[in-house]
Formats: sequence, structure tokens, C-alpha cells
Amino acid sequence: MEDASYVRSEMLPAQSPPASETGIVHWVRANLLSSVGNIVLTLAAIYVIYLIAATIGPWLYRSVWNAGSLQECRAIIEANFGPGKSGACFAVIAQRWEQIVFGFYPRELYWRPTLTLVLMLVALGPILFAWVPRQVLWFSITFPAVAFWLLWGGTVWLPVMIVAGFVLGYVAFRVVSELNGLAGVVAAAVVPVLWWLFLCGPASDVLQSILPIALRELGSDQFGGFLLSTVIGISGIVFSLPIGILLALGRQSDLLIVKTFCVCFIEGFRGVPLITLLFVASLLLNYFLPPGTTFDVILRVIIMVTIFAAAYIAEVVRGGLAALPRGQYEAADSLGLDYWKAQRLIIMPQALKISIPGIVGTFIGLFKDTTLVSFISLSDPMQIVSSIRANTEWNGIYWELFMFVGLLFFIFCFSMSRYSMYLERKLKTDHR
Amino acid sequence: MAEAALDHTIDRSRMKVTDEVAIQISGMNKWYGTFHVLRDINMSVMKGERIVICGPSGSGKSTLIRCINRLEEHQQGTIIVDGTELTSDLKNIDIVRSEVGMVFQHFNLFPHLTILENLTLAPIWVRKVPKKEADETAMYFLQKVKIPEQAHKYPGQLSGGQQQRVAIARSLCMKPRIMLFDEPTSALDPEMIKEVLDTMISLAEEGMTMICVTHEMGFAQAVANRVIFMDQGQIVEQNAPREFFNNPKSDRTKLFLSQILGH
Amino acid sequence: MTVALDPPKASFRLGMLLYDTRYRSITIQVIFMILIVVFFFWLYENVVTNLRAAGKDFSFGFLWTRAGYDINQMLVEYSSDSTHARALLVGLLNTLFLAFITCILATVIGVIAGVLRLSKNVLVARLMEVYIETFRNVPVVLWIVLVNAIMAVSMPEPKDYRGENPTAEMLFFDSVAITNRGVYVPEPLFSRSLGNTDIGIFLISNDLLAIMAVVLASIWGYRRLQANATRVQNDTGVRPVTWWKGLAIIVLPLAALLAATGFHLGYPELKGFNFVGGVQARNSLVAMWLALSIYSATYIAESVRAGILAISRGQTEAALALGLQPGLATRLVILPQAMRVVVPPLISQYLSITKNTSLALAVGYMDLRSTLGGITMNQTGRELECMLLLMGTYLTISLVISSLMNIYNSSIKLKER
Repeated sequence: MEDASYVRSEMLPAQSPPASETGIVHWVRANLLSSVGNIVLTLAAIYVIYLIAATIGPWLYRSVWNAGSLQECRAIIEANFGPGKSGACFAVIAQRWEQIVFGFYPRELYWRPTLTLVLMLVALGPILFAWVPRQVLWFSITFPAVAFWLLWGGTVWLPVMIVAGFVLGYVAFRVVSELNGLAGVVAAAVVPVLWWLFLCGPASDVLQSILPIALRELGSDQFGGFLLSTVIGISGIVFSLPIGILLALGRQSDLLIVKTFCVCFIEGFRGVPLITLLFVASLLLNYFLPPGTTFDVILRVIIMVTIFAAAYIAEVVRGGLAALPRGQYEAADSLGLDYWKAQRLIIMPQALKISIPGIVGTFIGLFKDTTLVSFISLSDPMQIVSSIRANTEWNGIYWELFMFVGLLFFIFCFSMSRYSMYLERKLKTDHR
Repeated sequence: MAEAALDHTIDRSRMKVTDEVAIQISGMNKWYGTFHVLRDINMSVMKGERIVICGPSGSGKSTLIRCINRLEEHQQGTIIVDGTELTSDLKNIDIVRSEVGMVFQHFNLFPHLTILENLTLAPIWVRKVPKKEADETAMYFLQKVKIPEQAHKYPGQLSGGQQQRVAIARSLCMKPRIMLFDEPTSALDPEMIKEVLDTMISLAEEGMTMICVTHEMGFAQAVANRVIFMDQGQIVEQNAPREFFNNPKSDRTKLFLSQILGH
Repeated sequence: MTVALDPPKASFRLGMLLYDTRYRSITIQVIFMILIVVFFFWLYENVVTNLRAAGKDFSFGFLWTRAGYDINQMLVEYSSDSTHARALLVGLLNTLFLAFITCILATVIGVIAGVLRLSKNVLVARLMEVYIETFRNVPVVLWIVLVNAIMAVSMPEPKDYRGENPTAEMLFFDSVAITNRGVYVPEPLFSRSLGNTDIGIFLISNDLLAIMAVVLASIWGYRRLQANATRVQNDTGVRPVTWWKGLAIIVLPLAALLAATGFHLGYPELKGFNFVGGVQARNSLVAMWLALSIYSATYIAESVRAGILAISRGQTEAALALGLQPGLATRLVILPQAMRVVVPPLISQYLSITKNTSLALAVGYMDLRSTLGGITMNQTGRELECMLLLMGTYLTISLVISSLMNIYNSSIKLKER
């Protein structure tokens, strides 16, 4: 029998792997050519890529950026590349891009939406990225009022007075809750509502007559194109998140009536297509409001889109809530935190983090769904595209226009989804 | 069994049982649906007492201490904690919860907050302590549980034993008069049990009133002044630890002790 | 053991409504209930006032009056003399039909794309990623309108198929013709047809019923065969070879039935300026079908991918370590778990496909929204009734699908403590 004992006398240093395991050749072999099936897949993929490139490449190469009509475009392409050749006619974009982006907003006022966009990016800074100074958050909070004033114009005092309602509510809360906690909450709800209903309008009129500051007022019919989509989309996103969270909490609560109401609300709005809700907004809302009330069609659409998205957000957040271990609730209870504090400090930060992909997915869906407003004759980009296509000069053109509109949406939606991935990664590393 | 706690010389100078009642439970019953989990519980805990509750799983011991800060609601009988009766009155519940600290089997630290934030959260939001003061208190207790250097990490970055010590420190930051421990070492690896038990022992040495559900019999012998054995939702036997372990009266207790000590 | 009785409770104080856990929830709910009732009463009052002001009543009687408009694509008999209710039915069937074929195509594309997205082949995986990201991040309406525009503008006219040198050719052995007026596909014909049955609402083909009955019977037979094989396996340990029996059970009865009823295909043919024979699928239908399928498939692909990734590698390793062949490991261990993860999002995708069929408005496909919520509503001026009926119908469809999903979910729920 052999002696089984063995003692290593010197330790082996680490060596680099054999050449066949590294390098580009190895990579190609391992990833593209590892088996017969894999080779077939690679060949098929190369063929598909070739097909796409061979179709789109020459078409893009022969593009025309300067022409007055589709016929002119085609003539230019034939003159340059010979008869029967087709090419992209981007001249339509060059000529009409402003309309697709801004709708019927007066050209000399384009600076207003542009400035709003820039300010929006500033306002988003502290919300999206941790390195932006926290003080900017104050600007973020007032941004909706600023944006409203810049986009619709009119007197500056109306948005100021609306914001004043919130301030009043806060003051009322602080003052009254000194006496009684619950009365404070009631006061915080009642005072601003009374202010908005009865005093807000007159106060802004008075202030306007004392110190007139106003921009040219624009009606909602002048909104269109990507501007309209963005206004509806962003408002829907901003308002649907808090409502969705409340609905999710209601659905998870022990209070039977509240719970039933939330379930019906959520399932009801999730069960119908958004387009029917938009029809309700445009056709039926007048039946449900006191006679003679009219309000802005964009506002109605925003309300409907918000409610619709909120129902989806509620379901996403509910998933996040359900994923939290019960121990978190118990720990919060045992430390003496009350329901709202526990929700705000312990439960929601975690539940929302779990639901980030779902929430952002809903936001992306909401943003894409803004194109449905064309069905109730608002001039969203799709509507403007069809009106351009109905034009005699551009009759028969479609790829170029759809590419442009699609690209605008793609940039917006794709960056949102990438941001959510970044956020998920960032919050995850906090933990390890 | 981790007998580790025994080799530690315990300073009993401040472990004094007073004759002031801390918790008074009388005629307490609780049901889960139709299942009678706690049956006619009567016990009183004096200030400074260190009680260990043991018993087979499903005997209702965790439920009992969870009733003491009303994580569970009892249906009959009274529980009076530090002079406050636990009823459905929210104000009383708030008072009791801020007087009673609780440590859980699975730590239940808040994973989205740093260790320091975990510790200061309740003092700031419930006790309304200024942040600076809360931070100082938190650091003091972190030093006590011997992990001040971890203050700015997240719970997920700590070992189980460290997490449980943070959880103890978190409860202590509320300056509780009574501490409840719900199987604090059951989810830990053997080598981490000792560090948590040491923390609990030093807490006992300072005269804290403690009720501890645990199977650490070494800890019970070293620290407890009373051991309660529960089975089928009832208190079967209670006695001083020496008497309890050396001379159990009930057959049920004998069987249980032979099972957990017999290997 | 004695059971202690409750000590006498402190008498009721008003503050207890808020600070006593027993009353607090009731207080909140009563206040909530009052607010809701007041709100709905307010809505109701407004509706009544507004209807009276407009001189309208609230009645669904209009459903039984003559519709007076034509529908260009229908699955059941309909003419402009039919009632609005009939138009509703035609629209509903069109909606369901579109949803059904879209779900099938979307699932096929989605599963393939989802699996390829995880392929080790970087090229293929990248290509799929580009496809998924492109289609997900652009509104579906754009895809629908785009496909419709391609169909209408770029496809050959029927006359291009004519003459000595046609510029267009029919596909699949002269059986399918794609034109700018729609796609013509062969139709199933029965030379010894079994006739139709009138089930009260519409006629239903006996041939179709017979085929369905035979297929169901075959499936039942196949399951019996498998059950029998399992029994033999349980008894002896060896599973008998069944594939050829199974194939015969599935194929032979159907083939026999088709032969007996004289099944053949009616091919579309060019007569004059247009195709006759075969089934014409209008551009609107084809555009909806293709665009919606390709768009929804990206979501299905993502949930398939998530489902595959969700199964921990440990499961595969455990199955292989037990000595199961990779095929068996997939069938017995991996697939059942993957289905658990994939099916719920799949069904909710079906739900959103069904709701998205309402976008048919963009291309003029006559679905439920275009009949009931479109022409009927415009003609009768009964917005309130039509919208309520429309939303109610969609809601019912959604609830049916989601209750199916709930049944499935609870049936596969892992038994856990």
C-alpha cells in the first residue's frame, strides 16, 4: 500500500489561463460559434441585420432635407440617384417639426415652453439625483405653479394665490394642531378648500389691479404636439403617485368600507380602456357636474389620465407593501410610531423602493397613452401627423413622420426606464 | 446549549428586585379564531426582575410577551404595565409602547436606514428629542453594545449578532423601563450567540427589568431570578432557576428539560 | 381552569370615538361612508338636472331600434336593418376575435423573443433587446397607424396581380394575396356540410361544432392514454411508449371527420377588379393584429425572461444532481416553476391586449367601441347610456379574465407556512 501522507513543500503561484481561453477569438468561439445551433442563430442574426441595414441604409443615404412637397422630394432623389430610387424625405420634418413639437403655440412665444422645459429639468434635479443641493427642492415644489403660469399665461397672481392656499393650509395645521391634533388635520383640509373656492379668485383680481404682472393668455386649443403630450404626461405622473399610494394603503387597510371602496375604484378603472375614460371626460363630464360648469378640456383629460394611472400605481405599490416582512410593521409598532409615521418613515420608503420598476413602467405607459387624446380631437403629435399627411403636399408620406414622432417618445420613455434601472442599482448597493 | 454565559463573572450588585410591580397580568385569555392560545395567565413582574420564559414551540410564550406591548390583542383579563392598563385606548397603547422595549427573533432592523438612523428614529419622532441629542444617545448605546464603528453602515452589511446588538441598542435609545426579548438568539449562528447574550447580561447587571423568551438555559441560570415554563398556553411551573433546573416539580417540565438538556 | 370575566368597562366617553381602537375604525368608516354617499348623491342630482335640462330621459330602449348603418367586417349576420343591440353584438364579437388572435400571435412572438433574449449568442440577444426596447418605448397607436399606412400605401393594388406580367405575386402557392384593400386568405369549405344551428342569437356552423367536439374528445382520449401510462409506470416502474398512439388519437378522428364532411379550401381568385373567394381580412384588422401583437409581444418577452431568470440555478443543479436527464429536469422541475412565474403576467398582458383593441378607432376596425361607442352613440345621441354600457362591457370582460387568473393563481400557490 502506498503511503497516503503528503505535505506540500511550496505553494503554487497563480498562472494565467491558456491562450485558448482568452482573447477575441475565444470570445467569438464561445459566444457565437459554440454549437451548430449557435452557428445557425449567428448566421440568421447576421442576415437580419444585413436586411435591415440594406433597406434603411441607402434610404437614409438618399435623404432630402430641403423640399416643399413629396413630389419635389422624389424629383430631387430621381435627379440625384437615378429613376426608381427611393429615399427619405426629411424635408417634411425640416418644414413641420415646430408644429409637431409645439402644436399651435404662437411662434413668437416658443420661449415659454422651452423655458418651462429647462426649469423642469432644474426642478427634477434634486428628485432624481442625490448630488443636487437639497435647497433646489423648494423650487421643485413651486414648479407646477411656475409651469402653469408660463404655459397658459395670464396674471401671475392666480398661481401665486393657489400656492398661497397650500401655505394657508400648513399655517392652519400648525396653529390648530397646537390645540388638538385631529382638529389640525381637519383645519389643514378645510381652510385651503374654502380659500380656493371663495377668496382665491377675487384676491388675485385685486392684486392684479394693484400690481399688474401678466403674460399673454393662451387657450388650451393652442396646445398641441409633443408639448401637449408632455403637459398631460408629466401632470399625470406628478399627481397619480400620491393618489395611487393612498389607494394602495386603503386597499391594505383593515377598515372594511374604505377597503371595499378602494378595491372597486382600482378594479373599476383598471378594467376599462383609457380611451373610454377619455370619452367620458370629453362627452359625459358635463352630465355629472352642476349645470353651466365648464372647465378646460386639457384639465379634464389630466384628471382622467391621473385617476387611470393612479389605479395602476396602487396595484404596483400594493405589491411592494405585500413584499415587506411583517416584522417591519411590528418593529415600528413596538417603537411607538403611529400609523402615519410608521408608513412615512418605515413602510413607504421600502415599499416604494421595491416597486420602482413597476411605478416607472406605469409612468412610461401613461406617457405613451397620452397619444390617445387625439381620439377626442386634441392635437397630440399623432393628430398633427395625420393632418400633415392629409395635406396635398405631403400626401403619401409616413415613414419619416412616424420615425420623428416615435423617436421623440422613445427618447423620453427609454431614458425613464434606464433611470429606473440606475435608481434600482443605486438603492441596492446601499444595502450590501 | 451555549453555556458560554456561565464563565462570565456576573456583577449582581445592582440586580435588585424591588417590591414595586412593573407588569401585572391577571386572568388573561387569548384566542386565535377558535384556538385558545393563552389560557388564564396570571403573573406579576416586579421592577428589576429578570424572567426567562421557556417552553416547547407553540406553547404561547411569544404570544404572551407580544401581548405585553399589544402587538397582539388579548380578549379577556387585564394587563397593567407600569400603572397603565392595556385596553383598546390608543393613548394607553402609545404610553406602554414607549415604556417597553422589544427585541425580535429576526432583529427587524429597518434596512433602508443606517444603524445610526435606526437608533435615532423613534427618539426623534416619538419622544421629540432634538436630533443632536438623539445622535449622542445613540452613539452612547452603540458604544455599550460595542459596535460604535458601524454607525454609518446599513443593517445588511452587519453580521447577525451585530444586527441583534443594534436592535437591542435601538430599543434602549427609547430609555425603556422594561425590555422584552422574543427568542433573541434563535436566528443566530453559535459563535454570535455569545456576543448577544453578553449584551443582555450587562443590561441585567444595570438593573433592567427583563422578560426573555429563550432556550438559552445557561443564560437563565446565570441571570434570571425566575424561570417560567409554559405549555399549551398555560403557565405550568415557575421557580427560581436553581430550583427549576435541579428539582422540577411537574412531569411536563421534567420531560422538556430532559429533551433540551439531555444531549 | 377558571375563566376570568372582563372587569366592568369604563363608561363611554366621546373621546373614545377617536382614541379607542374599537370605535376609531367605525368612526373613520362612518365619516368616509357619509362623504361617499354625499358625493354620489351630488353626482346623481347633477345627472338628473342635466338630463332634464337637455330634455332627455335615461333608457336603454334605443337598443331595440333599427341601427341603419353598415358594418364592413362581421362574424355573424348583420345588416343595416338590424337593431343597435345586434350592432353591439357584432362589435363585441369583433373585439373578442381581435383580442383572441392577437393574444395567440403575441404569445408566440413573445415566448420566442424572450427565450432568444437570454441566448448565449450575443448577436441574437442584442438583436432581441433592440426589438424589445424599440417597440416598448413607442406608443402602440403609432405602430398601429404605421402598419395601416404601410398596408394602404405600399401594398400592391388588386390590378397589379392581373395581366400577362403581373407586378405582384400571390404567396404560399397562390393561396394568399396581400393587397392594399386587405389580405385574402383561403376559406375552409365543406362540400357535404352539416348545416347550421340557430342558437337564438346567431347561426353557428355544425361543421365547426363537430370539429370542436372531435378535438375535445381526442384530447380526452389522449389524457386517458397518458393517465394509463402513468398507472403502468407506477405499477411496473417502466413507462410504456405512447407517442405513436397519442399521435393517432389526435390526428385520425379529425382527419376522418374532415374527409367525411368534404373539407377543402376555397382560394381567393382575381375576378375583374377585385379578388373573390377566400376570406378577406381588411387592412384595419390586419394592422391592428400585427401592430398590437408585435407591441404586446415585447411585454410577454420580458415576463418570459423574468420567469426563466426567477428559477434559481440551484433548482436545475438539484434536479441534475438527482440524475434526471436535462429534458426530464426541464419538464418535471423547471417548467412547472417557470409557469408559476410567467402565467400571471401573461394573463394580465392578455387583459391589456383586450383593452388595447379599443384603439381600433385609429384605423376604423369595427369593434365594440366603434359600433356601440361610435356610430350608435352619434346616431342616437345617448352618450350616457352608450358609455355606461360600453364601460360595463369592458369591465365585465376584464373581470372575467382576472377572475380566471385568480383561480389559476390560487391553484398553483405554493403551500407555505
